[in-house]
Order: sequence, then structure tokens, then C-alpha cells
Amino acid sequence: MDSSEADITVIGPESGSVFVELKELLRYSELFYFLAKRDIKVRYKQTVLGGLWAIIQPAFAMIVFSVFFGRMAHMPSDGLPYPLFVYAGLLPWTYFAGALSSSGESLVVGSNLITKVYFPRLIAPAAAALAGLLDLFVASFLLAAMMLWYGIYPGPAAFLLPLLAALLFFCALGAGLWLAALNVQYRDIRYVIPFLIQLWLFSSPVIYPASIIPEGYRFLLELNPMTGIIKAFRLCLLGGTPDWVSLLVSAAVTFALLISGAWYFRRMERTFADVI
Amino acid sequence: MSTTAIKTEGISKRYRIGASEGYRTFRETLTDAVKAPFKRLAGLGHPVPENETVWALNDVSFEVKKGEVLGIIGRNGAGKSTLLKILSRITRPTRGRVELRGRVGSLLEVGTGFHPELTGHENIYLYGAVLGMKSWEISRKFKEIVEFSEIGRFMDTPVKRYSSGMYMRLAFSVAAHLEPEILLVDEVLAVGDAAFQKKCLGKVGAAAGEGRTVIFVSHNMGALETLCHRGILLEGGCKVFDGGIHEAVSKYLAKSLETDKSPLENCRRRGAGKMRAVGFRLETPGGLPLEAAKSGEPAAFCFDFENRSCGPEERVSVSFSVQNEREFGLFHYYSHFSGVYFTDMPAKSTVRCLLPSLDLAPGNYFVQVCTKVAGETDDWPQVLLPLNVMGADFYGTGDPNLSTWGPMLVKGEWSLRRST
Ligand SMILES: Nc1ncnc2c1ncn2[C@@H]1O[C@H](COP(=O)(O)OP(=O)(O)O)[C@@H](O)[C@H]1O
Repeated sequence: MDSSEADITVIGPESGSVFVELKELLRYSELFYFLAKRDIKVRYKQTVLGGLWAIIQPAFAMIVFSVFFGRMAHMPSDGLPYPLFVYAGLLPWTYFAGALSSSGESLVVGSNLITKVYFPRLIAPAAAALAGLLDLFVASFLLAAMMLWYGIYPGPAAFLLPLLAALLFFCALGAGLWLAALNVQYRDIRYVIPFLIQLWLFSSPVIYPASIIPEGYRFLLELNPMTGIIKAFRLCLLGGTPDWVSLLVSAAVTFALLISGAWYFRRMERTFADVI
Repeated sequence: MSTTAIKTEGISKRYRIGASEGYRTFRETLTDAVKAPFKRLAGLGHPVPENETVWALNDVSFEVKKGEVLGIIGRNGAGKSTLLKILSRITRPTRGRVELRGRVGSLLEVGTGFHPELTGHENIYLYGAVLGMKSWEISRKFKEIVEFSEIGRFMDTPVKRYSSGMYMRLAFSVAAHLEPEILLVDEVLAVGDAAFQKKCLGKVGAAAGEGRTVIFVSHNMGALETLCHRGILLEGGCKVFDGGIHEAVSKYLAKSLETDKSPLENCRRRGAGKMRAVGFRLETPGGLPLEAAKSGEPAAFCFDFENRSCGPEERVSVSFSVQNEREFGLFHYYSHFSGVYFTDMPAKSTVRCLLPSLDLAPGNYFVQVCTKVAGETDDWPQVLLPLNVMGADFYGTGDPNLSTWGPMLVKGEWSLRRST
């Protein structure tokens, strides 16, 4: 039998060490995978158009933005066709917004799970954020089609894309951890999330290029981790070399967000089942 | 060799209650945060005042040996669920320490994590993962699980189209194939139809036979007595008894008789209140206190009355009704149905109604008492008095395991008339 000496669990008032927790996360990696799969399946089953929604949403936003900002307001777009410019930004953005809100809500939505079974709680927001990656993948087919249409091809930097997707995931997860943990304690967060996402959209270079921000203020924009990620996404796909400094700043801010989020989440974790 | 599987040392759990019920409003915190920035946000705030908290568990220690089957008994609010939640790591104790040796599986609710949109097949895997099974384990047992559930034909139907019975069957079947070394089971086995329930209880029993350690919480005294060797009685979060299961059960039943008197004295009531019911207990036909009502055995329902302003001429009819846990009424019996009225009531009296055979299935029921004086409802306490009925040899066949398919039991004469 596997009731080896190693299989002793000690439960006390304090959270276990980080090392023990990482081991727990590994042990429950299957649940993580099943929960993400569930989210995907349910989303694709419940709706008539299923996976098409993953394309319709950003495509529709692209059309609206192209008409209002591209055509009417003549927003500059770094020399690219505006629809392509804005869609390349909307891809990571749509994922980020979706992942942020679903991971922020994950504990409250799954409160039944939280109060009735044990698993490392971190899995809930992480699975919610992971599930959105499939939509990102699906939506990128439209981008590929548009690139063919406009005759614009990715540069050699495209090999960075998987890394960027990972960074994007961690960024959404970092912010999602904060929101999820806060949401358990303060239900007002539910109403803050959509508002926060809207504000965040306007402070990220999705609709506009970072270059229209005056030099003196650009560092403020760069502190937003999504800035570097979106810029890099565009450059990787539509040609050009990434702005390494900007990307490194984004990565640093992302990891600061992730580590602080995980810290806060862990702090509050032991009260989740009691107050949710 | 008997090794320790579970060891708890002085575990206590404090819950916050009162004004801010669980989660707090953001404003409350913001004002606090201004006063003590960051502290509140990080949960390091000032200690919560003692009167806003409740100790759901208080300094509970025990040890469970490998292969032992332990029953936890207590009234509602005694802390049973809290104890299981701590053992299954859903919540942390405020104080104390627990040591568990071996893989733990807990069933606090059946079907947690089931998703209505997914098919039976998909839900088996999902629920298995929720319960901590590995997917190779589920694949290996998949056929067995489907067979056990007896609803194999519906594996590709979304669970939302299942009847609640099918839903339960599927969930149970997955749960029953969980093979942890330590199994924690809450009330869950109390649902589902009787035959399937028995199958599940059998599975728990088998788990015990295979050397697994089981902790079982239930209000079903019959199931506890058949499955467990040892019982712990909890009261107000404290361990008040730890020993043989039979002794634990009778202690619990005796306690519930003692304490059930008081709810009648301070509760809301309707009616003029010339007469007042102040106590309820069960007696044997011989007038001794009846610790446990048993299916098919005689039971006398006794109600203590105080006469406040009822004249000697006024005709009093006393009634009691019994309902099940789902508040489904089973019967309501006024003494005047049998043509019995009481007159000339003394200051203190006891009205007794002897039922020659209590034809209720084993389970938990509630009794309500109501009194009419001169045809008017005079005293109707708004309180449900618990009545626990245990299984007994109802049919005289020597088998105390009774059907709990419905609340009533009947017995009669069976015969076969041949038509040729
Ligand atoms: N999340 C919670 N928040 C506040 N109080 C709770 C919470 N859970 C349980 N309690 C309180 O703890 C006590 C014990 O409850 P419980 O363990 O559910 O008892 P049992 O399972 O024996 O009925 C009760 O007084 C209950 O009100």
C-alpha cells in the first residue's frame, strides 16, 4: 500500500510552508486540468454558436473601433491598417479581460466546491484563467486570415508568441488572484471588476498606439504590464523587433503582481470556507 | 499491529458571527483601513470581540486507530460538520493540531462539482477529480462505477436531464469507488432510495472491512450502530463522551429527552393559552422514560400541562402531529377524534397517549402539540420537538433493517389464492 511515512498530513492553525504547498499543487494538477476542461466544455456546449463566440466578440469590437477610431477619428496605427492594428491588440486584451473576470469570480461562483471539498484553492482562479487560452487560440484564426488579406506576414520574432501567451496568463492570474481573494471578503468587488476592466482597457495601448502618449508620461503607461505585452504581440505578429525594455518592465510588473497576489491569496485562503 | 490513523490534539474552531455575518462590506474595511492601513487588508486586524464569535469546537482531542470505524453523534449545531471540515482540510482550526496518516477522502455532500451541462460520463471524471482520484484510477474503475449506478444507458445524457434519483445514484457510485485510507462521511447517506442506500452503506461497511479508517456522521442511529464500533458524542463543540457506539447512542438519546422539555417553555405560541403544554417525553407502556422510540414497538406520547385559567367545565382536547424532516405531515391526532375530552384540569397534569405500535420507519421526525379548549385552538406552541425512531424487528422476522422508502410502515397478512 501507499500509506508510506511520507503520507502524513498535519493540520494546524497556520498555513503550511510554501514548499508543502507547491507539492500540493502538483498533486492536484489533474483537478486543475479537469476544471479548466469543464469551463471550456460548458462554454462551448451551452451556446448555439459555441466556439464562434471566441471570434465574434473581438471581431465585433474590431469593427466598432475601426469605424469610430480608425475611420472617423483617424487614430494613428503605427503605419498598419487600423483594423489589423486594433485586432492584434484586441486578441490579448479580450483574453486578459475574460480571464481576469472569470478568475476574479471563480471562488464565489465555485463556493459550493470551496465549502465542501478540499483542494489547493489556487487551482480555482488558475483553471479559470487557463480555460480562456483556447478562445485566444480560436480567435487568432481570424487574425491569420486578416494578415493574409492585407498581405502582412509575421517576422522572425513570432517564435516569442508562446512566451508572450504565458506572460499574459500570469498577468491575468496575478490580478485575478487579488480580485478572487478580495471578492470572498468583500462582495463589492463583483461590481468593481467590470469597471476596473474598462479603465484598464483605456490605459492599455489597444485602441491607440503607445506612440501617441507624450514622451514625458509614457513611463506611466509602461507600468501597466499589459502595455509591454500588447506592444510585443503586435510587433511579433505584424513585423518588427520587440521593444525589449518595455517587455522586461512588463514581465517584472507581472511577476510582482503574481507574487503579491499569491501572497495575499495564501494569507486569506484559510478563511475562505468560513466566510464565503 | 494497530497504528494511529488520525490524531487530534485540542482542536478548537472559532467562527465570527453577528452584525457583519461573514464577509464584510468594503466601506467598513475602508474606514478601518484609514485607521490602520494594510493591517485589515492582510487579515492582521484587531482581535474580534469575544461576543461576536462562537466556538463551534472546543478543545477536542481523540485518536483513531487504523481500521476503526468511528461515529460522531450530536444535535444540530454541536460541531460535527465543523469537525469533519477540519479533518478534511476545508477549513483550518483556530487552535490545535491534527495528524492524518494516509490518503484522505471526504464526502461532505454528494455530487459537489457536478455540472448540469455535462454528460454523465464527463461528470464521472470531473467528480472523481474533485474527490481526489487520479484519472487513471477513474478509467480503471469506470465500468464498475457505471454498473454500480445502474443507469448505464444515460451516460451520454447531460446530467441536467436526470431525475434527482439518477443524479444521486451517479454521484454515489463515483463516491463509493473512492478508495482512500481514511474516509470521512457526513450525513450524505441519508438520501436516495432505500435499496440504493443499503448498497452504499454496504460499501462503507466493506471499506471498514478492508482496513480503512472511517469517520461517520449521521443522525441515523440504526446505521451508526450497525457500522461503527466506537462513538464520540459532541455537545456544544465539546467532546462529552467517547466510547462504545451503543453507549454513545443511548447517552445521546437520553440527553435529547432531557433537553427537549425546555423548548416548549420558551417559544412563540398561538392561542388564548388557558392551558399550556410545557413538556414532552416518551414513555414505555409501564410509565418508564423511553430512551429510544422503535419502529413497531409501543410508545406513549406524554405532554405536561399547566392550567392557567381553564374552568372545570371546559372541555379540553389535546392533539399531537408528526411530520418528517421535509416538514411533510404524517398524521395529526386529537383526543376528541377518539371521543375523549378532558375536564376539570388540575394546575399541573400530564396527558398521555399510548400508541400500541409506532408504525414509523426509522428516521428523524418532529412532533407538534396543539390543544383546543371548548372547540377553540387554545395553545399551539410553534416548535418542532424532535422524535428519533430507531429500527427494530417490526415484522417479527428477526431483521431490524427496515425500509426507509417512505415514513410509514405497514404490516398485514399476505396470502396467495390460486385461481385454478
Ligand atoms: N461558516 C460559519 N460561520 C459562522 N458560524 C458557523 C459557520 N459554520 C458553522 N457555524 C456555527 O458553528 C456551530 C457548529 O456548527 P456545525 O459544525 O455545522 O454543527 P453540526 O454539524 O453538528 O450541526 C453552529 O453554532 C454554527 O452556527
